[in-house]
Amino acid sequence: MADLSVIWLTLKLALIVTFILLLIATPLAWWLSQTTSRLKPLIGSLCTLPMVLPPTVLGFYLLLLLSPNGGIGQFAEYIGFGSLAFTFTGVAIACALHTLPFVVQPLQNAFEAIGKRPLEVAATLRAGPIATFWQVAFPLAKPGFFSAAIMGFCHTIGEFGVVLMIGGNIPGETRVLSIEIYNHVEAMEYQQAHWLAGTMMLVSFIGLLLIYCINYQASRNKKVTNNNSVTTNKALTEQYL
Amino acid sequence: MSRINAHFQVDHGDFNLDIKLSLPGQGVSALFGPSGSGKTSCLRAMAGLEKLPNSYFSIADEVWQDSEKDIFVPPYQREIGYVFQEASLFKHLNVRDNLNFGRQRIAPNKRNVDIDHICDILSLNALLDRPPASLSGGERQRVAIARALLTSPKLLLMDEPLSALDHSLKSEILPYLENLQQALSIPMIYVSHSPDEVARLADHIAIIDKGRLLKSGALAQVMLDAEVGTRFYDGRSSMLFAKVNAHQPEDYLTELAIDNLRLSVPQIDKPVNSKLRCRINAKDVSLCLTPAQYSSIGNVLAGIVINIEASDTLGERIICIKISAHQTLLAQITYASTKRLNLRQGSPIWAQIKSVVIL
Repeated sequence: MADLSVIWLTLKLALIVTFILLLIATPLAWWLSQTTSRLKPLIGSLCTLPMVLPPTVLGFYLLLLLSPNGGIGQFAEYIGFGSLAFTFTGVAIACALHTLPFVVQPLQNAFEAIGKRPLEVAATLRAGPIATFWQVAFPLAKPGFFSAAIMGFCHTIGEFGVVLMIGGNIPGETRVLSIEIYNHVEAMEYQQAHWLAGTMMLVSFIGLLLIYCINYQASRNKKVTNNNSVTTNKALTEQYL
Repeated sequence: MSRINAHFQVDHGDFNLDIKLSLPGQGVSALFGPSGSGKTSCLRAMAGLEKLPNSYFSIADEVWQDSEKDIFVPPYQREIGYVFQEASLFKHLNVRDNLNFGRQRIAPNKRNVDIDHICDILSLNALLDRPPASLSGGERQRVAIARALLTSPKLLLMDEPLSALDHSLKSEILPYLENLQQALSIPMIYVSHSPDEVARLADHIAIIDKGRLLKSGALAQVMLDAEVGTRFYDGRSSMLFAKVNAHQPEDYLTELAIDNLRLSVPQIDKPVNSKLRCRINAKDVSLCLTPAQYSSIGNVLAGIVINIEASDTLGERIICIKISAHQTLLAQITYASTKRLNLRQGSPIWAQIKSVVIL
C-alpha cells in the first residue's frame, strides 16, 4: 500500500509540475519564437541549461537557494511559506526548473513552424496580438502543446537526482517513484522494484508513443499542404520560363 | 478628392528604397515593376507589416505613419484589406470561419460589405463548409480576397494575388476582380509585374524600378510614354477604353464604341454595354490622308496629329493621333511616309487599324 501512495504522490507531482510549466513555458516559448531581441541567445541558453546540467548540480544550487538561509528560502519564510527544502513544494519547484527545457523546446519549435505569414494575415484582419495568439498561434501549435505536456509529465515522473538532493526521502512528502525503486533495490526487495519499474516503463512508453503519433499525424497533414504548394511553385516556375 | 500619400525610405546597403507616391483615393492603382524593385516593400509598409524608417503614409485625412512625429499605427488598427501572393488561409478553420475571422471584429454598423453579396460575386457559396486544404489554388485565392474585403476596408492592398496561379486560373479570377471594382467603391493598390493584369485592371499606374519611382499617372496616359511603352510590351501601343455597342452575329463581329467612334472586332462574348479595354499596337496602324474607300481594312478612325516622335527603330516615326477628347492612338510608320504625306502637328488624318487586342 505504501507503493500506491508513492505512485499517487508521483502523479500529483507530475501533474502539478506540467500544469505550472505550461503556464510559464508558453509565454517564454512564444517570446523566444517571435523576438528579434539581442537577449534571445542569452535567454535561450538559460532555458536550455537545466537540460545539460547534471541533476546533482542543479539540485545542489537549488538546495542552497531554497534552504532557510538561501535567498528564495528566506523570502518564502518571510511571506509565511516556511522552509521549502525537503518539502513537496520545494520538490515541485526544483522539478519544474529541471523540466523547463523539455517543455519550452517543443512549444518554441511549434510556434516557429507556424511561420510569420499566418500571424501577418491575422494582423491585417484586425486581430491584435492577444487575439492572434489565441485564435491563430495556439490552434496551429496544438500538437506542440500535446508534445510539451507529455514530455513535461514523463520527465517529471522520471526525476531522481534533483528530488533526492532537494527533497530527500520523506514518505508521503518527497518520496517519489524513482526514489522508491532505489529504496526497494537497496533493501533487496526486487519484487516490488519490478512492479514499480515496469509501471514506469509502460507509462513512459505510452507517453512517447502518444508524442510520436501526434507528430506523425501533424507531419502527414503538413505533407498534404506542402504538396499543394509544390504544384503552385511549379506553376510559378513555368510562368517564368 | 482624397488621396493616398506615401513616402517610403529604407537603406539596406544592397537595397535602397526612396519612393514618394501620390495615388488617387479611388479605383485601382497598380504598382508595376520587375521582381526586387521594391513594390512589395511599399505595399507591406502601407499595411504596417514593415516599419520603414523616415517614412510617411496617409489615406484621406488619416495618417498611419509619420516617422517625424513618431506616429506608427500597427497593422491591426489600420482599416486595410491585404491579399497575399499565396492565399494563406488559416488551415485550422473552414472557409466560412476564414471569412468571418476579420468580419467578426468589425462593429456591425461599420460593415458595409455584405457577406452574401461577396460570396455571390466570388462564387463562394458552395465552398463555405470546406477546409482550405480541399480547395483549388484559384478557389483559395478567391476566399482570401473575400476574407480581406469583409473587414470593410478603406483600402485594399493586393500583392501579386494571381502570380502563384497558372494561366487558366488567372483568367478565371481576373473577371472577378473587375466585377469587384465595379461593385464596390474600395480603392485598391495592386502590385504586379504582369503587363496584362495591369493593363486590364488598373486606372492609375506607378512604375517602380530599383527602389525608385519612374513614372506615375493615369494608365492610358502613362502607356503612351515611350520608355513605358517598350517596358510594357514589345513595341509601342495605345490603350483605348471601349464599351460593347452591338453584336453583329451575321458578320461574326462585335461593334465597340470608343466615345463616339466605332470599331469592329471579331465577335466577343460580353453583353452589350459592358466596359472593356483594348490595346492597339502602333505597328498595326497605317495612315491615310483621305478615308480609303476600297480597302480591306474596315476600321478607320479620323483624328488629328498631335505629335511626331522618334521611334526605337531606325527610319521609323511614332505619330500620336488624337481621336477623341480623352483618347490617343499611336501609329508607327516610316520616316519616308511621314515626309511623303507631309505630316505635321495639326494634320487631319485617317487611321486604319489592322488589329485590336482585347484585354
